[in-house]
Amino acid sequence: MSQLLAGIGDTLVITRRNLIRIPRAPDLLIGFTVQPVMFVLLFVYVFGGAIKTPGFKYVDYLMPGIITQTIAFGGYLTAVGLNEDLRKGLVDRFRSLPMARSAVLAGRTLADVIMNLLATALMVAVGLAIGFRFATSVPQVLAGILLLLLFGLAFSWIFALMGLLASSAESAGSIGFLIVFPLTFVSSAFVPVQSMPSLLQAFAKANPFTIVVDAARALFLGTPGNSIWAALAWSIGLIAVFAPVAVARYRRVVAN
Amino acid sequence: MQTLQPSQSLARAVSDEPAIVTQGLSKSYKNVRALTGVDLVVPPGSVFGLLGPNGAGKTTLVRILATLLKPDAGTARVAGYDVVREGGRLRTQIGVAGQYAAVDENLTGFENLEMVGRLYHLGGRVAQSRADELLQHFDLEEAGRRPVKTYSGGMRKRLDLAAALVARPPVIFLDEPTTGLDPRSRVSLWETIERRVAEGSTVLLTTQYLDEADRLADRIAVIDHGRVIAEGTSDELKHQVARERLEVVLGEGADPTVALQALAVMGDGQQPRVEGQVISVSVGRRPGAIVEAVRRLDTARVEIVDVAIRRPTLNDVFFTLTGHKAEESAAGEAE
Ligand SMILES: Nc1ncnc2c1ncn2[C@@H]1O[C@H](COP(=O)(O)OP(=O)(O)O)[C@@H](O)[C@H]1O
Ligand SMILES: [Mg+2]
Repeated sequence: MSQLLAGIGDTLVITRRNLIRIPRAPDLLIGFTVQPVMFVLLFVYVFGGAIKTPGFKYVDYLMPGIITQTIAFGGYLTAVGLNEDLRKGLVDRFRSLPMARSAVLAGRTLADVIMNLLATALMVAVGLAIGFRFATSVPQVLAGILLLLLFGLAFSWIFALMGLLASSAESAGSIGFLIVFPLTFVSSAFVPVQSMPSLLQAFAKANPFTIVVDAARALFLGTPGNSIWAALAWSIGLIAVFAPVAVARYRRVVAN
Repeated sequence: MQTLQPSQSLARAVSDEPAIVTQGLSKSYKNVRALTGVDLVVPPGSVFGLLGPNGAGKTTLVRILATLLKPDAGTARVAGYDVVREGGRLRTQIGVAGQYAAVDENLTGFENLEMVGRLYHLGGRVAQSRADELLQHFDLEEAGRRPVKTYSGGMRKRLDLAAALVARPPVIFLDEPTTGLDPRSRVSLWETIERRVAEGSTVLLTTQYLDEADRLADRIAVIDHGRVIAEGTSDELKHQVARERLEVVLGEGADPTVALQALAVMGDGQQPRVEGQVISVSVGRRPGAIVEAVRRLDTARVEIVDVAIRRPTLNDVFFTLTGHKAEESAAGEAE
C-alpha cells in the first residue's frame, strides 16, 4: 500500500516536471494553445461556409471533431519528451533513483492528459465566443470530455511507442503526425462522411476517429445514434494493446 | 559556507563491510566484450579511481553498479545490497553523476535538484532547502532560478554532481566528472569533489586522466579492455612499474653516446632512452643523482643545458601496463 502511494507520488513529481517545462519550450506551448485556436478559427471562417452539415451550424459540428483531433495530438508531448529524456540521460537518472520505475511512463501520459484538459478548456472557451453551444446536460458534457481524454490517453501510448522507436525527437513527432493527420481528416471530424467518395467512406466509417467524434457529438449536441460504447471500447482496446507494447519496448530500450 | 552533514544511513557504509565489491563481473554488448571478469573491493569512506582509456569499460561498470544495466555474469554488492536482486534498496544508498550531465534543460537548477530530492522521497520542504543548500555549495546560487539551457558546460556538470549528492548518499558514482571541461572548471570541480564529496561517503570515480586519478583517488584500479590490470594506491602503482629517471638535455654539439657512456654506471640496468638531444636514464632511487650526473658529464666534457630527476607518473604506469598511452588512445578512439 505504501509502495503504491509512493508510486503515485513519484508519478505526480514526474508529471509536474513534464508540465512546468512546457511554457519554457515555446514551440510546444504554441502547439497546444495558438495552433488549436487557429484551427478552430480557420475551419469555421474559411472552410465553414463551403462545408454542408445538414441540421448543424458548422461551428457546432466542428467543435467535437477538432477537440478530438487536438487531444489525439496531445501524445506528441510524450513522443518527443520520452525520446529526448532517453537520449539526454534523464531516464538513466530517474532509473538510478529510488523511485517507482513505472513513474517515468505514467508521469508522461498523465502530463498529456492534463495538457489535453487545458487545451480542451481553451478551445471550448474560444468556441463559445464564436457561437458554439452545448445542447446537452452538464453530466453529459463532462462524460464527453472524459471520453475524449481517455481516447487521448490511448494516443499517448501510441505516441510513447513512436518516441521509443524513433531515432530522434523530431522524427518521433513527425511519425505521429503522419499517423494522426490522415486518420482525423478521413473521419467525420470536419466533414460529413456522406460527402466523401465511396472508397473513403468505407474507411471513414470504420475509423475510430469517426466513432469517437460521433460519440462526442452525441454527448455534446445530443445527436442520435449510439457510438458511445463503441468509442469507449476503442479507447480501452487501444490502451490495452499499446500500453503493454510501449512498456515492453521501454524495458528493452533501457536495458541496453 | 556550511559543510554537508553526514547522513544517518552513512552508518551502514562506514561499517567494516566494503562499500563496493564485485566478483567476476562480465558484460558483453552484441559483439563487444565490455567487461571480462572484474574483481574489485572498495573500502568504505574512500575515493576509488577507475582509470582507463575510452572504451575500457568504465561506464559499463558504473552502470551495472548503479543498477542501470544487468551483468551477464558475476556478482556485485553496493552498500551491502546485491545489484541484481536488491536494486530497489540499493538505489536509496547511491548517487550517480553520469558521463554526460543528465539535467533537464527546461527546468531551472533549483527545480532540477528539488525534483531529484522528491524522487529520493525527502519530502517537499526538505527537498527545497536541500536544493538551495547545494546550489550555494556549487556556486550556482545566482543561476539557480534560470533554466539550465542557459548554463555553460561546467555549470551543468556542477549541477549534475549536485544532483548526485542531494540525498547525501553513502556511495557516490562519478563517471568522468571533468571530461569536456576547460582546465579552470576542471580544477574547480576537483576542489568541489575533494571538499564536498569526500566527507565520509565512498566515491567511485572514473577518469581517463592520470593527473585526476592521482589527485583525487585514495586507491586506483587501472582498467583496459574490460579487465583490471593493476590496482593499488597511486604510490604503489608508481613503485610497482616505474622508477625515477634522470633526464638530461644536452647542448647542441654534444654527442648522446658519449653522454650515455659517462652515465652508464648510474643506471639500474634498464635500457636508457634517447630522443634527439634529450637522454633519460632509469636510476632507481639514488640520492644525489643530479650532482653526480653533472660531475660525470663535466668530466667527460659533454655540454649540458638542463638536468632533472623525473619521478614516475601514472602515465608511465599506464604505458608500462598497457603498452599505450592513456590519453592518446582515448583521443584516438573519440574521433
Ligand atoms: N550500448 C552499447 N552497445 C554496444 N557496444 C557498447 C555499448 N556501450 C558500450 N559499448 C562498447 O563497450 C566497450 C566499453 O564501453 P564503455 O563502458 O562505455 O567504456 P568507457 O566508459 O571506459 O569509455 C566499448 O568498446 C564500447 O564501444
Ligand atoms: Mg565512459
